[in-house]
Amino acid sequence: MSRIASQFARLRDRQEKALVAFVTAGDPFPEDTADIVVTLAEAGADIIELGIPFSDPLADGPTIQASSQRALDAGMTPPKVLEIVRQVRARSDVPLVLMGAWNPILQYGRERFAEDATSAGVDGTIMTDLTPEEAGEWKRVSAAAGLDTIFLLAPTSTPERMALVGKLASGFVYCVSRTGVTGARNEVPADLPALVEQIRVRAESPVCVGFGISRPEHVEAVCRYADGAVVGSALVDLLHRERENQQLLSAARDYLATLKAATGGRN
Amino acid sequence: MTPTFTSVADSLGHFGQFGGRFVPETLIPALDELSEKYEAAQNEPEFQAELDYLLREYVGRATPLYYAEKMTAELGGPKIYIKREDLAHTGAHKINNTIGQILLAKRMGKPRIIAETGAGQHGVATATVCARFGYQCCVYMGAEDVQRQALNVFRMKLLGAEVRPVESGTRTLKDATNEALRDWVTNVRDTHYIIGSVVGPHPFPTMVRDFQSVIGREARAQILEKEGRLPDAVIACVGGGSNAMGIFYPFAGDANVRLIGVEAAGDGVDTKRHAATLTAGRPGVLHGAAQYLLQDEHGQIAEAHSISAGLDYPGVGPEHSYFKEQGRAEYVSITDAEALDAFGWVARCEGLIPALEPSHAFAHLRKTAAREMTPDQIVIVNLSGRGDKDVDAVARRLEMLAG
Repeated sequence: MSRIASQFARLRDRQEKALVAFVTAGDPFPEDTADIVVTLAEAGADIIELGIPFSDPLADGPTIQASSQRALDAGMTPPKVLEIVRQVRARSDVPLVLMGAWNPILQYGRERFAEDATSAGVDGTIMTDLTPEEAGEWKRVSAAAGLDTIFLLAPTSTPERMALVGKLASGFVYCVSRTGVTGARNEVPADLPALVEQIRVRAESPVCVGFGISRPEHVEAVCRYADGAVVGSALVDLLHRERENQQLLSAARDYLATLKAATGGRN
Repeated sequence: MTPTFTSVADSLGHFGQFGGRFVPETLIPALDELSEKYEAAQNEPEFQAELDYLLREYVGRATPLYYAEKMTAELGGPKIYIKREDLAHTGAHKINNTIGQILLAKRMGKPRIIAETGAGQHGVATATVCARFGYQCCVYMGAEDVQRQALNVFRMKLLGAEVRPVESGTRTLKDATNEALRDWVTNVRDTHYIIGSVVGPHPFPTMVRDFQSVIGREARAQILEKEGRLPDAVIACVGGGSNAMGIFYPFAGDANVRLIGVEAAGDGVDTKRHAATLTAGRPGVLHGAAQYLLQDEHGQIAEAHSISAGLDYPGVGPEHSYFKEQGRAEYVSITDAEALDAFGWVARCEGLIPALEPSHAFAHLRKTAAREMTPDQIVIVNLSGRGDKDVDAVARRLEMLAG
């Protein structure tokens, strides 16, 4: 069983839902990312998504766009992201998912990336602009390397697409809570429970919800019907705001702990 | 006669290894709907009739294929014909596509239109059809281009469109396209995105090509009528590549017609400041499609540069990428300085002020193509748009050069 699947099995046993935390690799500072990831895992993040920065992120709102740009300005590259993964893996067993745009992976070389990522300790990938139609070869090399391939579904997805993605995805299915780009919002959409239910009946993997989730009450609401909640922009924003603070790690730890407490488990 | 070359995308929009759909999942149903509606419209006589009527009565088609007698005499090479897209309503070829897409938006019942624009010609063409058909219109434009193309910004506003300057990234066409795509992901249920070139996810490259192919269909019929034979070469500038694909495509099956696409070499293709994607880039994925790209070794998109805002783009249409790979078209490049020089030359020689974009095509004609050809040969140059929008920028640049 993959590290991600084992994690969901463990959470089910404990009657908890998954808290998935996203951070951009290399932001606020490349040398801090491994510490941040380990800290988040200790504070209760069940899965970590590590963003591979891209110059033209279509699915991202202003917060993660700016974060990606800072990471690129600091010299972050896919090989350096894998180096961060190796550092984390030496210290933690938290499931790690790489998230980003397709072109950097394509340029690295699909097969070589899948192999290098696996040997660094990556458990899965989310390629935000790689649609199931274009993902055949990637699915094949990922499966061969032992990488889960997580795909997205959205409020606009038809039942046919839900079935297609539900079959293709491994690790989990990423349900986008609303039409739009990433970014913290005030409320969780009212039609989200119905969307998650529609996906759930068609997916073989757990369903996690992201986009706009930033507060414990959002996490709590989502975890009533989904298998997990993804928090991204709010965390990225906190890390950026507190970047000069000596207490950065404890600020991140405290925030994460309040979110994790809302998943129905440990406090 | 059987065509010697055909280019048809597969059902997923692939031209060989190029094209396809690389977008957030949220957009897939809208792209499916667009594909369906477009396919249905092609078989609907009423759609074609309405399109033909508007192209004739509103856009002013067919545009002339003008024999440039003085230019021909001056260069002493091939007989030069100029396809006068500068005479189309709004002053450029862009409206051929926006008319087609607004009719599709009507069929899809989407009340809001968004667009990206570089030089502003596509923005103006979109704002124009939105005014004509009563649509809310929002145009994304790089903040740098808002400065460079002030006249077109004013025209868009006059036509009732909202112009949103984009401050992110390089503040040019690439970033305007990112922002338009983000808007579309957010408002996809009530919004149609009128992409302005043969780029983006399937079905846009095919659909925009088809709408722009009216240029080549007319030119082919016109040259057969005037000369009784096909041209030896067709030359057009390439940014995203819609005017070029529009004039190339109907000639693609004619093996003896050379198709020459002219990219922007900026300060030179051996510098970092250029936009010659097919000349100096390599395959990758941007804005929803696999295509040639300017990028660094890690797949980050490189900053493009051209004096011409319409060519200042680090990607290029997937079908051009395919034409290059198949050897069906040749792609060359022209620097800022050469294009500026041609801008003035065409004005003085024929009394036509070309936009900076097609000035690249004329520069290549004068520098290379005309010298390679003989007086018994025929060349068609696509004058994709008029240069009024560029007059201020050119004046400033010339003053700067003069010190």
